[in-house]
Amino acid sequence: MHGPSSKWKKDNSASVKELLGKWLFFLYAIVYGGFIITNVVSPEFMGVEVGSLNVAIVYGFLLIVFAMLLAFAYNHVSTHAEDVMNKDKESEETEE
Amino acid sequence: MNYVASPWAIIIFLSFVAAVLGISYHFARSTKSVNSYFAAGGQIHWSVNGIAFAGDYLSAASFLGICGMLAISGYDGFLYSIGYLAGWIVALFVVAEPMKRLGKYTFTDALDSKFNSKGIQLVAAISTLLVSLFYLIPQMVGAGSLVTPLLGLPHWAGVLMVGVLVILIVTTAGMKSTTYVQFLKGGLLIVFSLTLVFLVFSRGISTSPDQGGDKAYHKFITLKIETLNDGTVGLEDKSYAIVKQFHDEKSKKQFVKLEKNDIETVWSVNEKKGILEETQTLEYLQDGKVLYNGQTKDKGAFYQVGHMSEIDGKGDTKTGTLNIFSFIETIRDGTVVRWAKLDVKDEGNKLTIYYQKPTPGSEVLKPGLKFKVDSEKGATPKDKIDFVSLMLALFFGTAALPHILIRYYTVPSPACARKSTIVAIAAIGLFYVLTMYMGLGAMVNGVVDLTNDNMSAPLLAKSFGVTIFAIISALAFATVLGTVSGLIVAAAGAVAHDVMDRFMGLKMTDKSKVKAGKIASIIVGCIAMVLGILFKGMNVSYLVGWAFAIAASANLPAIIMILFWKRTTAKGVVASVLTGLVSALGLILLSQETFNNVYGLVGVTAPVPINNPAIISVPLSFIALVVVSILTKKRNISPEQKPANSSILG
Repeated sequence: MHGPSSKWKKDNSASVKELLGKWLFFLYAIVYGGFIITNVVSPEFMGVEVGSLNVAIVYGFLLIVFAMLLAFAYNHVSTHAEDVMNKDKESEETEE
Repeated sequence: MNYVASPWAIIIFLSFVAAVLGISYHFARSTKSVNSYFAAGGQIHWSVNGIAFAGDYLSAASFLGICGMLAISGYDGFLYSIGYLAGWIVALFVVAEPMKRLGKYTFTDALDSKFNSKGIQLVAAISTLLVSLFYLIPQMVGAGSLVTPLLGLPHWAGVLMVGVLVILIVTTAGMKSTTYVQFLKGGLLIVFSLTLVFLVFSRGISTSPDQGGDKAYHKFITLKIETLNDGTVGLEDKSYAIVKQFHDEKSKKQFVKLEKNDIETVWSVNEKKGILEETQTLEYLQDGKVLYNGQTKDKGAFYQVGHMSEIDGKGDTKTGTLNIFSFIETIRDGTVVRWAKLDVKDEGNKLTIYYQKPTPGSEVLKPGLKFKVDSEKGATPKDKIDFVSLMLALFFGTAALPHILIRYYTVPSPACARKSTIVAIAAIGLFYVLTMYMGLGAMVNGVVDLTNDNMSAPLLAKSFGVTIFAIISALAFATVLGTVSGLIVAAAGAVAHDVMDRFMGLKMTDKSKVKAGKIASIIVGCIAMVLGILFKGMNVSYLVGWAFAIAASANLPAIIMILFWKRTTAKGVVASVLTGLVSALGLILLSQETFNNVYGLVGVTAPVPINNPAIISVPLSFIALVVVSILTKKRNISPEQKPANSSILG
């Protein structure tokens, strides 16, 4: 077998990150899908004025800002999970 | 347009190129091993790699193509910004850490990590090569577009210049120099784009945009039609003589060719107002000459365009300084004069007519001017499917682009891969918000070159002075250099590492593998130069859409299923990559856009009605993987043969 490139230390937080990643991906996919569907089904709605802008621009900007927010949230939780779960395991191994 | 090079622009441009070559030379000394050549030694800091990601990704398509499309078609260009950024969500949440954990130098490593299959090694390498080549075309086209206004050189010279420089960069230092070039370029591009947007706001919008007083906007005139005593129609201005009339069935437009002082010009008939409106034309004569508004190029009779005919209900006015909200509001509540394009045959000559199309600002700021989505305005189900297909390709394509995937191997750990992706999302997201203002800024500032919409952003910069134009153009050129370098490293890795070393089993030493990579770089670079010259004139963002569709179809289904479906087999992966590749390529090559813009078959109906294949080819690729995996799954699996990962990340 060719196998992975490097022997990484076991990451105990992997399942948490994987689960969170999947859910955040689906959440974003729904919001993105909503944008595509609105464009196709009700393009007139995209032209409705929202303050100085319109729905098309607000939704577009929101998709960009939402991606940034989800990314920061994911990193925050993942880093915390890595710190806590990998540290706990290391201490258990040391005690044993 | 007739471009004249400025010495100051040339000095700034050459300084940038020298800096790029200096970085390459500096890192060449530390690039001896295969790991340092293909993966920068895996020691790049995540923050540097994140901005380098942005540098890789904010290619000619993002900077030149999106701004150009926004300047011509309004909001529809911004759809690319949204789709391109959304793709990074797939990269972050699904691909980043597993790719780093499973791979070594190339995307093929990750796909093949659990199988050691010759089939996967070959098809994944072919896919990498093809996606890289399709992505290289728009970069080269963008390079050709840039050197004309900057250095006054023809398109082919720009393509050759990029080709030679990139080959020099890649063959000297590989991924490390590419990373630092991308880091600098990505950072500077965002800073100067921000500057450009502030300049646009501070200038405001005028119905006669005179580029800050530097260049008077050409007043497009009208001629009054009068009915003569004998019932025929003529012109009030007797200095013009009518030569002939054209009628276009599809657009229902009528045009008249007039002659004055031995110069022939084409005018659009506005029956409602009883006037003729000035158009701009390119006439390709049979002897190879091209006439711009009836004159040779050196006469400078082809004008930059882009203005609002009405602001706040007034026809001759200008605003003061604007901000992110009032800029949009001013456009939304006014009328923008856009330009539509029409190709007609005129006695054996090809005539391209650009005619004025005043459009309410509210229409400019919502989808529909390029992509037909509104049934009430004639959008068919096919048009809507095409639109959905494009948005799908952009969403799923990013995480499958070879030059993006190999950047995960330049950082030390999976956590660093994740963090660098987050830096990339923040930087790229900010830039894409700026594209909206740069594109619309070009649309209303009288800077658009109708023969080359890719130049909209650099020409917008030029309207603020030659220094910022030179910096923006040099950055755009460095953008192309960096992206092309990354693509060529990815393609070279596919040839040297995937095909020669692993598939053919040549058991190469580090030194010979690097040498093979460098030779492959030269060959791929030469092919890219030829394609860049052949595809001159096509919108680069549109071309990149194809690369995304192929990547999304050929690579992403296999990546996702390997990570999430434990019954995936090697043969299933091979079937998926091949199906995605063949179906996406086949659908593109038989599409109407390719028939019209690549083969030049105007008026011929293509066999494939849609132009973006992802909506068909991505599901096909998934189906192929599932069916073949089920058919080829061994009934009794020993514990050793089971996929090792209980979790994809761990």
